[in-house]
Amino acid sequence: MRISPWSTPVLVVAAVLITFVITAGPILLAGANPVEAYAAFVVIPLTSQFTLLEVLVTATPILFTGAAVAIAFRAGYWNIGAEGQLLLGAIAAAGIGTLVGGLPAIIALPLMIIGGALAGAAWALVPALLRVRFGIDEVVTTLLLNPVALLLVNGLLHGPWRDPVTGFPESPRIAVAAEFPTLIERSRLHLGFLVALVVIGVSWYVLARTPTGLRLRASGLSPHGARFAGINVSRTLLGAALISGAIAGIAGVSEVAGIQNRLTGGLSPGYGYTGIVVATLGTLTLPGVALAAVFLADLTVGASSAARSLGIPSQLGAVVQGVLLLTTVALLAVRRHRLGRTTGRDAGSMTGDVAAEAQPG
Amino acid sequence: MTDSTPALELRGITKRFGDLVANDGIDFDVRGGEVHALLGENGAGKTTVMRIAYGLTQADAGQILVGGHALAIRAPRDAIGAGIGMVTQHFALVRPMTVAENLALGRSRGLRLDLSQAGRRASDASERFGIRIDPTARVEDLSVGEQQRVEILKALSRDCRILILDEPTAVLVPGEVDALFATLRALVADGLSIVFISHKLAEVRAISDRVSVLRRGKLAGTVAGSTDERELARLMVGRPTFGVERPPDATVPSGAFALSLRGLHATGPQGLPALSEVSLEVRAGEIVGVAGVSGNGQTELVEVLSGMRRPTAGSVSVGGVELSRADPARMMRAGVGRIPEDRHASLIGDLSVAYNLVLERLDDFRRGGRIDERMVREHAAELMERFDIRARADDPVASLSGGNIQKVLLARVLSRDPRVIVVSQPTRGLDVGATEYVREQLLARRAAGAAILLVSEDLDELLALADRLVVMYEGRIVGEMAVADADLEHLGMLMAGRGMAA
Repeated sequence: MRISPWSTPVLVVAAVLITFVITAGPILLAGANPVEAYAAFVVIPLTSQFTLLEVLVTATPILFTGAAVAIAFRAGYWNIGAEGQLLLGAIAAAGIGTLVGGLPAIIALPLMIIGGALAGAAWALVPALLRVRFGIDEVVTTLLLNPVALLLVNGLLHGPWRDPVTGFPESPRIAVAAEFPTLIERSRLHLGFLVALVVIGVSWYVLARTPTGLRLRASGLSPHGARFAGINVSRTLLGAALISGAIAGIAGVSEVAGIQNRLTGGLSPGYGYTGIVVATLGTLTLPGVALAAVFLADLTVGASSAARSLGIPSQLGAVVQGVLLLTTVALLAVRRHRLGRTTGRDAGSMTGDVAAEAQPG
Repeated sequence: MTDSTPALELRGITKRFGDLVANDGIDFDVRGGEVHALLGENGAGKTTVMRIAYGLTQADAGQILVGGHALAIRAPRDAIGAGIGMVTQHFALVRPMTVAENLALGRSRGLRLDLSQAGRRASDASERFGIRIDPTARVEDLSVGEQQRVEILKALSRDCRILILDEPTAVLVPGEVDALFATLRALVADGLSIVFISHKLAEVRAISDRVSVLRRGKLAGTVAGSTDERELARLMVGRPTFGVERPPDATVPSGAFALSLRGLHATGPQGLPALSEVSLEVRAGEIVGVAGVSGNGQTELVEVLSGMRRPTAGSVSVGGVELSRADPARMMRAGVGRIPEDRHASLIGDLSVAYNLVLERLDDFRRGGRIDERMVREHAAELMERFDIRARADDPVASLSGGNIQKVLLARVLSRDPRVIVVSQPTRGLDVGATEYVREQLLARRAAGAAILLVSEDLDELLALADRLVVMYEGRIVGEMAVADADLEHLGMLMAGRGMAA
């Protein structure tokens, strides 16, 4: 578009810089040099092989949830339920994982991934149907199903799935054949990362290059215009919601089979919600999601090492992430306001604006 | 009954929106104790000039005088301070709140809502002006007519002395209209001034002391409220300049009916009846014009024919195929090309011109599983050349001018060679060149044998393009005539709902 100072990459970089200026205050209060702290947050994790691989491990679940959220949002379906869909995927993986002991990994792993995807999609189905059939706001229904999914996890862990050996509220360990292999010796980087890259790549291709993707984008940009052009908007929304749930479900599989090897109550520290942050920072494009997920993972790993090296609270990492989200959303809102005035276009929702400005993919 | 200094006077109000002159040097005044109607077709500039008086829009030139003093009215609060109130077509009420709460909202200073005072004012006003309303009722439980009374009360509770009502009867059922008129008479008897915006002749004559008629942004005349309907209709519709583009030697169409509607009923967005018993036929090679003031069911008619709205009864058939339950895709397959009045909403503004041009038939542009981008571009280049669309293929449609957006829609529709074309307000807001282009294209399709249903508020356009006219009023077809026999006064009367008297 013609407004280059407001193009999406420029805007995100500006948001990062503004965030650093704003968070310099808290860092000074914590008694550290802001420049050193940002170096520790952003640069240090990328300088050793071990921390670099940890960044990718940390990025894996939010690559999935970021993609899940971005796809749904691009279709105009506000899926806030990736957290619950992830947990359902994890439940399915933990269940299937204990049953596939006799099978070779080449069969066991796809079974788990498919099972987790179906479970996540199933959890997304009811809100999607309610939206398409009765116009019930999916923001509320998908959000409220998240704690329900967590209750389901805890119910299983304190009931039928409690570890019979230790008595801890954890499910029994999954079969060895069901564990995701590590990709690099002596690291935690596992198959889930590769699966996430494949999901991102395929999603990008479908969204940017296929008629289905164009229908999905059209439905998100203008449901009325899309319907007028003969696109079945309801079916598109339903499809986007289910695919989104399926991808979030695979995130759960990846955490169970790649990291925990069992279902635990603390499996997800809010990866589903972080997915919304990732999708927003990535301006709802899949390459953007990939960059944003790695950047947030970088900050997370950096903040925990900075806590040790600089003696500042590791929560500062979360502060930086939070401020970054707010500045990004604020800049998007300012841009919408300015563009709205210059083009006379109706202002959409804030995330709708992200979708509107996003390049294909 | 009236005193000499006008309560509100507008002098030389001029307002432009881009190339469109909405108001061209309008002079208007209303005195105390008077109902002064502002009459005109849609788009004549009635609402715009009153929005300027109320501060919702600023004039490019002209003066506003209240009680003989020039005032700068930059926002509604300036107007309210000067004693001007306006009831717009869309009510500004908080629906889950009570009537008293709504009245208190506009007046309260600080943190306290003075509900008892609001309630008292409401009952005062009810007594003085016969506006009956329960202050404790929730707005969402009230009928539209009652909500309108709340809006009037709200204006009165702000001590308004000049009350502007924008098409107040458009939302009312007949019994409510009588009640409204009784209220208005009580208000003027109390010395208030009322500006009554309408396009309905009978109502204007029933309530007004004077009538100012606007036509295409200009004041066509100010006459007494007792002026007869024929004269008002003539002022409103004007004498069209015949720039007839339809070739006079065009053969009278006699082909089979390509589009046929029988006893069509449909509801509007609020679930109220919008179409009733609409029957009409369009032959191949014929343009049938639908005349009428907007809001009389034309939008819903086009929506039904676009596949965007299910009729509640009746049939739609194209070449003998029943389509009353068709969705947009089915309509297109049956050969119906659709160009609705809201061209922006019919395209995807944030998608490129090239994608918008193929959106209706994506499956024709796929190679394997993916979109054949080269084919899409070639198709776009060809259509942009053929339809003279001045843009680049990857520009988002929203960045185009109105004329070019219309050409994109036109190109998308006409490139599929539709047998039936349903088109609404095809040249509204377009400049002269684009207007001529669009009209030529429609005439070319007529010559090629398409059946065209043309909805327009622009009588010149209908007279220039159509073979036959039907007139819609309140969801019904109230008249039909060949364009050759069209009598403007009669047409104006039909459009204003006075078909019986003519």
